[in-house]
Amino acid sequence: MHVRAESSEEQATAWPEDIFEILQRFDVRQVPYVPDAGHSQLINRVLGEPSMRAVPLTTEEEGVALLAGAWAGGQRGALLMQSSGVGNCINMFSLTQIFRLPFLTLVTMRGEWGEFNPWQVPMGSSTQAVFELSGIKVLRASRADEVRDVVEAAAGQAYNACTPTAVLLSQRLIGAKVFTK
Amino acid sequence: MSKANLLDRRQVVASLLADRKDAIAIGGLGASTYDIAAAGDHDRNFYLWGAMGGAVMIGLGIALAQPKLPVVVITGDGEMLMGMGSLATVGLQKPGNLTIVVLDNEAYGETGGQASHTAAGADLVGVAKACGIAKVFSMTTMAEVEAFAPSLQDVSAGPRFASVKIDAANLERALSNRDGTFIVNRIRGSLGFKPI
Repeated sequence: MHVRAESSEEQATAWPEDIFEILQRFDVRQVPYVPDAGHSQLINRVLGEPSMRAVPLTTEEEGVALLAGAWAGGQRGALLMQSSGVGNCINMFSLTQIFRLPFLTLVTMRGEWGEFNPWQVPMGSSTQAVFELSGIKVLRASRADEVRDVVEAAAGQAYNACTPTAVLLSQRLIGAKVFTK
Repeated sequence: MSKANLLDRRQVVASLLADRKDAIAIGGLGASTYDIAAAGDHDRNFYLWGAMGGAVMIGLGIALAQPKLPVVVITGDGEMLMGMGSLATVGLQKPGNLTIVVLDNEAYGETGGQASHTAAGADLVGVAKACGIAKVFSMTTMAEVEAFAPSLQDVSAGPRFASVKIDAANLERALSNRDGTFIVNRIRGSLGFKPI
């Protein structure tokens, strides 16, 4: 089992760069997020890109509403969050159906694959079902070499077909968080 | 704790939107959406019939996408309380073209008039200011509302937050369109965006 790299020795991994390149190519302009360690590299790339507006949120549901406004105003967006934030969004997810939003969210998973913290397990276990019950299509990437294809497909169907889509980035891909050495 | 001389919500919103020009107006769930509809249907009216707590964030998304257009969110105290964190998010982004107006009747009018937190003193103007929204206004007279309305057009001086104390009268509903794709696509069309 691979574990998450310590920050001091963290090196740029390829798959967040793949995601960033896809978001740029699809002309994504607003990137709301609640921070997650698994998204940290991507968040830094977005913060450093003048054509994108990174929007830190106080809670994930704000990001769903922000993307509805962005779409009304003519811009595309993508919401970055962790699996525990998906539950915070449930009522706001109604906007994805009501507006037929080109909604894309990229979700780093916790509560699976070697999780240390039991408090992450309940929401992590229901994340996919919550999306599906909310009418949002779910794609999953578990290996670094499939992230590009999966995110490309998700962005394509979200933006070209106005099909709300979530990509689950598996904890196996990101690495379980290390609490003790 | 009802007060004398509280304002009529329809009069307040009519005054705010009377000379709206190109502004996009978002109405929060409940009576605020009816108030905007009562002031006159418009291609750039964003009526919310749900998503309680989301009005300010929808306004922020539009404001960031269209920085040269005035964007005004008109919502109630209950809806604003549910999305209070969004004031911190707006305080961080500081969009110059966004104005937030809370029509504060200190009650949940749509559900039977139950008291809201502002009735007991929760201070939304103080919250907005503490969240980094420098321009805050607390209005109790129509003269103040009328003097404030033109500032919506200044898209470089926001964000602004205004609280207007209104009476708790439950007015007849002015029903707006409630088809979400129609509402959003009509706004997009008015901005020159074509359907996919």
